Amino acid sequence: MAKEHTVKIEAHDFNFHYGAKQALFNINLSIPERRVTAFIGPSGCGKSTFLRSINRMNDLIDGTRVEGHMVVDGTDVYDKDVDVVTLRRRIGMVFQKSIPFPKSIFENITYGLTLNKKVSKSDLEEVVETSLRKSALWEEVKDRLHNSALSLSGGQQQRLCIARAVAINPEILLMDEPCSALDPISTGKVEELIAELKDTYTIVLVTHNMQQAGRISDQTGFFLMGSLIEFDRTRTIFTSPAMKETEDYITGRFG
Amino acid sequence: MMPNAAHSVPLPKRLLGFFAVLIAATAAFAVIGVILGMVGTFVFNGGSGVTWTFLSEFPRNSNTEGGIWPALAGTTFLVLLMTILGVPIGTATAIYLSEFARQDSWFARSVRFAVNTLAGVPSIVFGLFGVGFFVQFMGSGIDGFLGTSSFGDGSLIWASATLAVLTLPVVIVSVEESLRTVPRDLREASLALGATRWQTITKVVLPNAVTGILTGSILAVGRGAGEVAAIIFVGVTYSSESLPSAVTEKFMHLGYHLFVLSTQSPDVDKTLPLQYATTLVLLGLTFLLNLTAILIRSRLRKR
Repeated sequence: MAKEHTVKIEAHDFNFHYGAKQALFNINLSIPERRVTAFIGPSGCGKSTFLRSINRMNDLIDGTRVEGHMVVDGTDVYDKDVDVVTLRRRIGMVFQKSIPFPKSIFENITYGLTLNKKVSKSDLEEVVETSLRKSALWEEVKDRLHNSALSLSGGQQQRLCIARAVAINPEILLMDEPCSALDPISTGKVEELIAELKDTYTIVLVTHNMQQAGRISDQTGFFLMGSLIEFDRTRTIFTSPAMKETEDYITGRFG
Repeated sequence: MMPNAAHSVPLPKRLLGFFAVLIAATAAFAVIGVILGMVGTFVFNGGSGVTWTFLSEFPRNSNTEGGIWPALAGTTFLVLLMTILGVPIGTATAIYLSEFARQDSWFARSVRFAVNTLAGVPSIVFGLFGVGFFVQFMGSGIDGFLGTSSFGDGSLIWASATLAVLTLPVVIVSVEESLRTVPRDLREASLALGATRWQTITKVVLPNAVTGILTGSILAVGRGAGEVAAIIFVGVTYSSESLPSAVTEKFMHLGYHLFVLSTQSPDVDKTLPLQYATTLVLLGLTFLLNLTAILIRSRLRKR
């Protein structure tokens, strides 16, 4: 574990149920600040469920239930007095499919900012430029900020979604398979971006792509059938995993 | 050797398939035939009767001469008022059903059951409901409270309210359908940016569902414009010297006017050209409304 970094997110005996079906079993882990943490594992292993539990996106699904603790900055996010809306403003999220709002590029980025307060036009313009620069999209779109976001290519749309998440200045960025719908070149750009963003944000990444986890993450967790099998430095996971299941999975002998 | 697929099907089966297609195609042609025949009849017999004078003049001589202007205007007022009353309620219900209700809760299920039942109730029953609830209960109640005497009788406002209730299912179903086509991802993206549920609905879901709301409204208007049975007790009149100047006045209506022309006239045969022309106007109006709905839908879908 990267001891020199403070812990940002902690799960204690975290269980998650979709109705009668339990999806996560006693998850315990600590995610350090300003690092990239990747979760790998086969489809349906619970890695996305875990990610979506951090900003309580699973609340939207009828009949879900949690036990245990999910602690962000020392506060259990499932505490009764936690305001979900405020929580989600601190925890940005990028989804598998790039889903810009059918609005202009500019409006997409300012969406989160203008929800609850009036922001002056010059401040908005500044945020748009900073966010687009951070997401390495500024040069490509600076002349057409008021065009529809849907006119961008798939890779550009995904970087726009990252810019949109970054614009509200969160502390944590959750990424749910952000490159699974992208071509290799766009994937490369998003990966470079993640490497840059980790200086500012705590990044938690779910990926199907083990090479990707190996390339960009500092530590990796392996989920299998709702349990966290192993969680360690990425190098350790990929070179000398402690558990047989992990080794089988990363060497492709899974199944 | 793989036998040719077509040869492996035995002849009787192929014949059966051929006849099935033949029957289906004939049925489809019959539908087109009925519509063309109907529209053709009215265009042929009524086309020359639809003139500017016909549209802009009051009926004369006990509805046996003159035009349909008060009926045309009355129908327009009626559906406008109906839309204002019904579409917001229908839209709100659809938003509740699609965005807030737990789908398996007894309340959501009851609302859905009510909507489906409402859709199947014969329109004359809505008319009776309109008299009982709107005119006698609400109207008389308002009169008693305000000390007036204008609400306790059938009028434009109660007919519109009755039609609003009648067209609620159309609005609710089409709005809810269009709300459901807004991708879940889009809602999640908005919520993940710290939007509340309500902000997500007003800023993301509704703008994306605007097509459905518009089409729903137009379909409701189309349904309401042609409805007669539901309003005959609640304010429509067979003859009027002037257009209604307040929502508490009686009004004329195209469909009811047609009914009056064809059954209540002193000389039904003499009114035949008027009947054809009135029917053509009513058909044209409904067609125009549906066409608008289709155009809006395809326009917005392209966007």
